[in-house]
Amino acid sequence: MAGPILAVEGLSFSFGKRPVLADLNFTVPTGGFTGIVGPNGSGKTTLLKCLNKALPPTRGRITFMGQDLAGIKLRALARQIGVVPQQWETPFAFTVREVVMMGRFPYLRRWAGARQEDRAVVEEAMRATNTWMLADRLVTELSGGERQRVLIAQALAQTPCLLMLDEPTSYLDVNQTLEICTLLTNLIRTKGLTVLAVFHDLNLAARYCQRLIMLKEGRIYAQGAPEAVLSSPNVTAVFGVETVVGAEPFNGRPHLYFSLPQRKERSTNRRQERSSGAE
Amino acid sequence: MKTKTKYRLLLAGLIMGVGLTGLAALSLGPVPLSFPLDSFQAKILFDLRLPRILLALMVGAALAVAGVLFQGLFRNPLADPYVLGTSSGAAFGATIAVFSGMNLRFFGLSARPLFAFGGALLATALVYSLGRSGRRPALTMMLLAGIAVGAFFSAMTSLLLFFRQQELAKIMFWMMGGFAYARWAEVRIVLPYLGGAFLYSWSLARQLNLLLLGEEKAHQLGLAVGDFQRRIVMTASVLVAAAVSVSGAIGFVGMVAPHIVRLLIGPDHRSLLPASALAGGLLLLVADTLARILLYPVELPVGVLTSFIGGPFFLYLLSLLQKGRSDWY
Repeated sequence: MAGPILAVEGLSFSFGKRPVLADLNFTVPTGGFTGIVGPNGSGKTTLLKCLNKALPPTRGRITFMGQDLAGIKLRALARQIGVVPQQWETPFAFTVREVVMMGRFPYLRRWAGARQEDRAVVEEAMRATNTWMLADRLVTELSGGERQRVLIAQALAQTPCLLMLDEPTSYLDVNQTLEICTLLTNLIRTKGLTVLAVFHDLNLAARYCQRLIMLKEGRIYAQGAPEAVLSSPNVTAVFGVETVVGAEPFNGRPHLYFSLPQRKERSTNRRQERSSGAE
Repeated sequence: MKTKTKYRLLLAGLIMGVGLTGLAALSLGPVPLSFPLDSFQAKILFDLRLPRILLALMVGAALAVAGVLFQGLFRNPLADPYVLGTSSGAAFGATIAVFSGMNLRFFGLSARPLFAFGGALLATALVYSLGRSGRRPALTMMLLAGIAVGAFFSAMTSLLLFFRQQELAKIMFWMMGGFAYARWAEVRIVLPYLGGAFLYSWSLARQLNLLLLGEEKAHQLGLAVGDFQRRIVMTASVLVAAAVSVSGAIGFVGMVAPHIVRLLIGPDHRSLLPASALAGGLLLLVADTLARILLYPVELPVGVLTSFIGGPFFLYLLSLLQKGRSDWY
């Protein structure tokens, strides 16, 4: 078994004086599906940006495939790591094929055109993501879901060994969501790809990930197998909702049911405070 | 039709347009030509009209390529050397070089383009650092910063005018732009800058395409964005400085030409850059020829003419933006 694809030691990051990530320690095993979960503002996106060198860590060390991330050139990194951002739009009317071909940028020489090999990789990436029939459409005319799949195709065209996705399914309907997750699972199995994805939907994370990292206020609150991380007390402590863990009927993975904690007393108090304050 | 076919047709059309307009411009003017040419006619043709035509083509090309670079940098089709204040900065630099009375030369290069480059770079750097508040270059900030920086440098040029009123005609020339002083010397000044900067930009076409996807995406695809943007600012400033130092500040060519080309063949810089260069050259040659003959025997400053066309065009683009059209090209 190969070592971890990513190893993070003592990672901290601050925007100016505001700390966003504090002393994170974890590894991402090679191959398989690792998820990052946590409430809004817990530092998930910032963490992903540190891991793909978009933000320099304030402290700590990130090792990618045994090398210090800080010493890897961006172009070389782009051959190893593909990133699918949460949201993306451009006002410039490139065709879908052109945008996916840009995923080959780290492989192309300055004056040379795309080679047969590049075209083959692009076609395969587009067929895998079900975007081949969109090839000649303009990216400015796509729906959110189509655009998301084009972005994944572009990242796959980089032929990475690690794919990072920031909430990849926020714009997709349920069918597209399952298709994307199944696609990722297949790529992991057939190509030995490692997937690291931020999830908003805890049940999706529970269903597809083998490992989860749970963030709270810039710190790791729990990490490990989904069954252990997504326990009722953990979810209540991190997200502030009451949770019952059940089993999802199709394959028995954990499935969470949520309810807001009973707040009647507190909200009554607050109303009283407000009315007394108005007098 | 495939984009590649469209691109080839467009290039062929532009080259033909340049040839025909060039021939027309050669034959038009106060001195009628008759064959065989006598020595006076030959002098008019080869020492006045020909360099003027070549200069108009080159300045138009330089401004259009600079426009493409700025539009990529700001991810905004409204960016243009004139609107961003770069031209005013360059004009100010060139004016200083001229009025300090120097025939300074650095490594055999005339001081004028170097001073113009200093002014252009300063203006662009200011607008660029102000105009990108937050993660994305914001349209409003870019336009406002451009107006402020442009006005500042124009005021500085006017101040020089105030102190050196005997040089009025020359200063007005820098501010309005024109080709009345075009000779072979000017052609020789522009050619190396234009040629070098154009080839360099073209070699960066793929990177420019990535930049249109946004800084974050470009970074993820392996582009060192900050470093690349600085190179683009420098290259565009060289182009504007070369253009302005021989012809003054001519507006809107850098916006109109790339816009029309994008409508026809799309945003891919590999074809956008050469086609825009030709289109900008043709546009300015047509404008200059019109400027020569419209109010004959008086010659209009060509900058006034391009602003006549460019101003309304700018408003039209702005109105598209107001309507929230996100698909520009």
